[in-house]
Amino acid sequence: MADLTAAPLSTEQIRNQYGEMIRRKRLYGGILLVLFVALMVAGFRTADARNAGSFSDGIGRIFDYPAEVLSEAGEKLAELSGHLVHFFPALIETLNIAGAATLVGAILGSFLSLLSTRGMAPWTSLIPLFRRISDICRAIPEIVIALVLIFLLGGGPVPAMIAIAIHTAGALGKLFSEVNENASLKPIEGLESVGGTWGQRMWLGVIPQVGPNYVSYALLRFEINIRASAILGFVGAGGIGYELKNAMSWGQGRYDEAAAIFLLLFITIVAVDQLSGVLRDRLILGARTGAKT
Amino acid sequence: MTIIETDLSPVTLKQNMSRLFFKKKLFNFALPALVLTYLAYVFLSFDMPGLWARASLENAKTLVSDTYSYKTHVTRDNRDASVSVAIEGERKGAYPEGVSPDWVTLGEITVIDLEGGHQVRFGPQAVEYDIPGYGLVRATPTRHQGVQAELPAGEVPDWISVSKNRLAIKTEAGRLTVTRNRSEVFRYFTGWELFFFTLDSPYHGLGLGEVLLRAAGGEAGAILRDIWTNKMWRHQDVAWAIAETLLMAFLGTIGAGILALPLAFLAARNFNPLGPLRFAARRLFDFVRGVDSLIWTVVLARAFGPGPLTGALAILITDTGTFGKIFSEALENVDEKQIEGLASTGAKPAQRYRFGVIPQITPVLLSQLLYFLESNTRSATIIGAITGGGIGLLLTQAIITQKDWEEVAYYITLIIMMVMIMDWFSGWLRRRLIQGKGEGDSRLEPKEKTKVFFLP
Repeated sequence: MADLTAAPLSTEQIRNQYGEMIRRKRLYGGILLVLFVALMVAGFRTADARNAGSFSDGIGRIFDYPAEVLSEAGEKLAELSGHLVHFFPALIETLNIAGAATLVGAILGSFLSLLSTRGMAPWTSLIPLFRRISDICRAIPEIVIALVLIFLLGGGPVPAMIAIAIHTAGALGKLFSEVNENASLKPIEGLESVGGTWGQRMWLGVIPQVGPNYVSYALLRFEINIRASAILGFVGAGGIGYELKNAMSWGQGRYDEAAAIFLLLFITIVAVDQLSGVLRDRLILGARTGAKT
Repeated sequence: MTIIETDLSPVTLKQNMSRLFFKKKLFNFALPALVLTYLAYVFLSFDMPGLWARASLENAKTLVSDTYSYKTHVTRDNRDASVSVAIEGERKGAYPEGVSPDWVTLGEITVIDLEGGHQVRFGPQAVEYDIPGYGLVRATPTRHQGVQAELPAGEVPDWISVSKNRLAIKTEAGRLTVTRNRSEVFRYFTGWELFFFTLDSPYHGLGLGEVLLRAAGGEAGAILRDIWTNKMWRHQDVAWAIAETLLMAFLGTIGAGILALPLAFLAARNFNPLGPLRFAARRLFDFVRGVDSLIWTVVLARAFGPGPLTGALAILITDTGTFGKIFSEALENVDEKQIEGLASTGAKPAQRYRFGVIPQITPVLLSQLLYFLESNTRSATIIGAITGGGIGLLLTQAIITQKDWEEVAYYITLIIMMVMIMDWFSGWLRRRLIQGKGEGDSRLEPKEKTKVFFLP
């Protein structure tokens, strides 16, 4: 930095210093960029080398499989509606897994978040503990719990539901506690002064403030959980993912079924995505205008 | 809120209020009731009551005890009278011929000391087990008449099961099984067996101090190599698997960011006046996001085969859609004034983008990239389990064999640590890059916070 007590710099000097600074900045930026590109290229080459098939071979074949599936589905177009009806219950199961997991996770997550927010937690000293619990719940990928539970409980929707619920509780716990931090503590003090219990303070003082945001985050989570529950089905937890795996491992001859499942999954995800987007916008905007008046 | 009319009579006001209160009360009860009904429906449709019948307590017990203990098998082949000692009964954990741990004495009669007075003897003819407080159990495996067991007088306790061809004894000290072909003793130990050195390593059984001393004496390379190539725990493969998983997340996330940025300009209203093109870009994002990562993984695995590249590409394609959507929204929120200011100084379009637009969206862009980098580490684990790559594959393999639960516990610990470290790292980098820049960018922070587009 320039020394203010020294004689004022001439324009020439200022320009030189500025030029020097810009050059150094560009040099650092350039080095960083080169490093970054080198890292990307090295990473790509490593991934390519450790993959079963190489990128250059596979890139031309990306559309082979979809084309096969589509052409077979096209030949058996008449059966498609039948398949759609046949796999609909599996789709409902997937949606139920996601729905129940989101509900249970949201309930657990709101407890976790209330217990780990300063000013709302009944036990202040335990706040770090509940924070860590929600961190750990969030860090466990669903598939880990699901696979272990499938071993214990047998295949089916319950392991997937529990696995997704645990992860959801952690993820929502963190988001909810961010929401809580913006909530006003005055209603809680008011309720406390008239002798409200912890449950009453939270239910009547906090939840009405944060409710719309909670629901909006939970809706977003529901969307994510549908995808997760489809994936877990693939490893044996029931629902549409399981049917997809069966249809796929059968291979040619049942591609029409695979196509029907792809279609169902796609439509569901897009529909839920749009629906929850609209709902979320309405909730958040509603909450904001409500707060302003 | 509705506008309150001031000329209402108190009666009407009261009526209005009670109607409002009634509605609120109804809503307050209806919502929890709805949730409960749905949960009850799910409870029945998932057949929760039948779950207990299907749940396997035996599996749970093995799983829990296996995660913190291991067993050493002492096996006598009753056909050729050879005795072998192997940790977890695995070939890679077997003691060399004629070598045994100090609680097993090999010889004409193999004596196995299970501690606490429990002793098993493999004789040339019969197997004897001395159980304190109960007595001596003797079993003679024969070729034609099965296993002949002689128990102390009295009723057979429930920890001993005897049948014509098999004798099994389960005590707190260990387990003995005798069949026609083999006699086998399991002794349980706490801990993870051979975590650092396998039996064929010269450093097996040495204390930490001794190993450190030898490392200082110039054997560090050999010691590390022995740990690195441990056949039981496969540290080398595990390290590679974690590297692969992180690589998938890194390549996928960054690649998606690079692909999505130009597409986002196409999809933003204020940068692309061509309606149809904008529509096409937006529908592309929706399509790519709607075709779930599961389907992309399946399709890509057909083209590229199993491995980290497939996982990286699956993440890349799915996230291109998500990033495209987020980035184009950020671009539509860009402040026009800075661009105008640059234009007034005579900046060309490229310069206007570089100095007017990019600095404005960088915080959103970086913070989303870093958020996704963390969440994609988790996705990469899951995708790896499906396509076959990274730590996800190792985990599924270990679970499918249904016996190496200590390895499963190890992998789970590693995965959780990996995700938590990535979480911490991405948070740290986000704070450094975005908030560390100074007050100029803090203006973007609240705007970003109100955005509900947050991730997995």
